[in-house]
Amino acid sequence: MKNHFLKGIKAGIPIAIGYIPIAITFGLLAESYNIPNHISIMMSLLVFAGASQFVAINLIISGVSPFEIILTTFIVNFRHFLMSASLSQRLDKVSNKILPFLAVGVTDEAFSLSALEKKQKINPSYLLGLGLIGYAAWNIGTMIGLLLALSIPQIIQDSMGIALYAMFIGILVPNIKNSKPIFIIVLIAITISLIINYSLHLSSGWTIIITTIIASFIGAIIYPKERDING
Amino acid sequence: MDNLWLIIIGMGIVTYLPRIFPLALLKDMKFPPFLKRFFEFVPYTILTSLIFPGILTSVEHIEAAVMGFITAILLSLFRVNIIVVVLGSIIAVYITNILL
Repeated sequence: MKNHFLKGIKAGIPIAIGYIPIAITFGLLAESYNIPNHISIMMSLLVFAGASQFVAINLIISGVSPFEIILTTFIVNFRHFLMSASLSQRLDKVSNKILPFLAVGVTDEAFSLSALEKKQKINPSYLLGLGLIGYAAWNIGTMIGLLLALSIPQIIQDSMGIALYAMFIGILVPNIKNSKPIFIIVLIAITISLIINYSLHLSSGWTIIITTIIASFIGAIIYPKERDING
Repeated sequence: MDNLWLIIIGMGIVTYLPRIFPLALLKDMKFPPFLKRFFEFVPYTILTSLIFPGILTSVEHIEAAVMGFITAILLSLFRVNIIVVVLGSIIAVYITNILL
């Protein structure tokens, strides 16, 4: 069990590397808008969801009502529902004691890494380690950003913006290479996502939810059999 | 300023519930084949929609974003460690930013 936990921590190092600069940026941004430090720290501890925290800071300083901010957060983060449902079918036997902590760690990054593991079953301790290192990196990064209170050169900060996307590509591409069905479904998902975003002008939260549902639905129809996915 | 506490607690609740509910309620349930299949595709489709179109606006200049994207794809094709993919892509964006 301890072994799996450490494996999860190790596998999560790229996630931590991706999180820290973003969390620092979050801390700097919150600080520059005069959000009280304890609020920024508590937001990272309680919410732990990058994009929605940046959005919330923007909405707070624009004077948007708490109800609208919470509703927006719900929409932006609802994709975790799909990830959690997907994980529920792959997770090895897990005690109810650690489940609440596991759930905290259901992020885009931890989900992507664990869901595309070769093994059919995912070890709960592994997932816990994966979640913990990300959670630690996110919160330490937030505090560093608040403490720094100085500006990182804009050009470096800007370049870091690609980090998590590069990680997603690094996870996805080897899978596309190995499977034609996945390649086709990814192409379909790209098409749907671009259409929804550019013609319907929906928010990224809705775009992700709708694209995932439609493209996975099409996948299950075209490739109904288990062996299709690796063939 | 009490509003700020209300906001972060509310945000925390609406973010946590979708994370815990499916895990807690569905883990001992066996999905019918079609739904099972649907959820097997979810990691790939969700990753794709996380990448597109967000990556294009992840950095200030779209040219830099495209260079970072191409670098990440090429490096992942060579199956290098994922940290190398991330750092290589950041460097590609940085260099493009300098040249622009």
